[in-house]
Amino acid sequence: MAAAAETTLLRSRRRRRFWGRALRGSIPYGLILPVLVVIGVILGYPLYWLAKLSTERYGLFELIRRAGVSVGLDNYRSVLHDSIFWHTLLRTVVFAAVNVTLTIVFGTLLALLLVRVSTVVRLVVSSGLVLVWSMPVVVAVQIWYWMTNFQNGVVNYVLTQLHVGNFFQHDWYATTFSQLSLVTLLIVWGALPFVVITLYAGLAQVPHDLVEAAEVDGARPWRIFLDITLPILRPILLILTSLSIIWDFGVFTQPYLLIGQSKITSGNYLMSIYLFEEGYFKSDFGRGAAISILMLLIVAVLSVVYVRKMVRIGETQ
Amino acid sequence: MSSRRRGRRARQAGWNAVGLAVFVVMVFPVFWMISTAFKSNDQIVSLSPTWFPLHPTLVHFRDAIHRPYFWTDVRNSLIVVSVTVAISIVLAFLAAVALARYRFGGRKLFVVLVIGIQMLPQAGLIIPLYVVLARYHQVNALTGVIVTYMTFVLPFSVWTLRGFLLGIPKELEEAAMVDGSTRLGVFIKILLPLMGPGLVATSVFAFITTWNEYIFARVLLNDQSKQTITVWLSYFLGSSRHTDWGALMAASTLTAIPVVVFFLLVQRRIAFGLTAGAVRG
Repeated sequence: MAAAAETTLLRSRRRRRFWGRALRGSIPYGLILPVLVVIGVILGYPLYWLAKLSTERYGLFELIRRAGVSVGLDNYRSVLHDSIFWHTLLRTVVFAAVNVTLTIVFGTLLALLLVRVSTVVRLVVSSGLVLVWSMPVVVAVQIWYWMTNFQNGVVNYVLTQLHVGNFFQHDWYATTFSQLSLVTLLIVWGALPFVVITLYAGLAQVPHDLVEAAEVDGARPWRIFLDITLPILRPILLILTSLSIIWDFGVFTQPYLLIGQSKITSGNYLMSIYLFEEGYFKSDFGRGAAISILMLLIVAVLSVVYVRKMVRIGETQ
Repeated sequence: MSSRRRGRRARQAGWNAVGLAVFVVMVFPVFWMISTAFKSNDQIVSLSPTWFPLHPTLVHFRDAIHRPYFWTDVRNSLIVVSVTVAISIVLAFLAAVALARYRFGGRKLFVVLVIGIQMLPQAGLIIPLYVVLARYHQVNALTGVIVTYMTFVLPFSVWTLRGFLLGIPKELEEAAMVDGSTRLGVFIKILLPLMGPGLVATSVFAFITTWNEYIFARVLLNDQSKQTITVWLSYFLGSSRHTDWGALMAASTLTAIPVVVFFLLVQRRIAFGLTAGAVRG
């Protein structure tokens, strides 16, 4: 009798311990649950719809009727047979490559410059960078639009005064090349502060005595950069480059607003604008969904390096 | 020796000059915006521009704030921003605690989710979000934009707050636990006060990204009385043939001011959070 009571007591205590451990084990899941639910509902559900839409004919009529017409893979076939898609893809790849290269090269040069200037100048330059960094994109676009305006834009005035050439009433929005060059300048200008300040922080890790020893040994600045500075900056450069690739490939606001809706044609599309015009503006949501999925796949491939690196950072800390 | 020192000083002066030139080129657009906003109209359209406003005037600012829908759209922006940030920060903080303080199965998957979502190009999501929100009558409604913004504010906030949490030594909490505090007690008495600066910095940064957001607001809000301030500003020029550059620059300055003020406050704190893969450019 007593022995039986003892076993039940033991069992209940063990059971309580089991539930206590289960409860404690479930704490982290309880903590991430709200975020998971929100993301699941407001991202997961639309993503499911994205896949569904891409296999349907879905325009304004279907939006009102609240039901699409299944067309299988026709949307994908139509996009992949569209020469505009391939031209846009090529243009976007070249555009992103130019932007990323300029951002990273100038970013590195400016970060190296920040190390060499005096403290006062460094403070002045970095405050200026922070000011630029804080400009909202839409505001930046309006400023650039005003500065490059053909009638009385200050860029034309300054270039003419500097005898670069006669830029009196030069129209920067006349050719695709010129339009996209302006967009590139705008994007690089806006991206530089973040890149420079991050790289400058990274440069603080470069061991001073090592550089000095190399200088005493008569090493050229170029070799010092390649053999000492670059290896230390490499992880940061990798992160910044992959982030820039992803951002510049999917960029929308700067080209869409600076070139302006009225001047956007299939001849100057970038990927996001192609998607916006073909899918949203023309209310061809099914085809737009197919373009979205193709674009998301491309970006997913581009982000693999970055995400893996970040996850590793997240795991080691 | 002295010639060597002189050489070094000359080189330093050279670098300083290059640095100042970079400063001038980078800051010029911002300067030009402010300068234009205060100039008189004939000074703005002059073919040989002057750098500073000769007789500073507030007429463009007055014009900008009296444009239709300015105050309505500022109010819309404030509503969207504050609701998004308030909800996101609370939910993100809980998830950040889980990431920074617990080991659990599926943790890695959650990290992949948090990082991966931030990489999604926003343009790629406009079609399904528009269609789904239209089905639930949330197009042209601020609630639709608020839930949309949470998709990118949440992951960013989780990741940044996790970074701040890792900066707080675990030993503090363990000591309190040994002294008999409960987990909840530790959370409220120790973690929350120490996280103050991190929570403020993350909120402010979430405020800035939300205030600046353009593409989702452009797609989801078509009614002028429902738009946010960035969409309002993007339509400022409209189809008028006579561009009012002064008013445009005054409106741009007004849109930028809250962001600049907040940004200067938290820039230092948030800089490392950004490296951890956050906000879009």
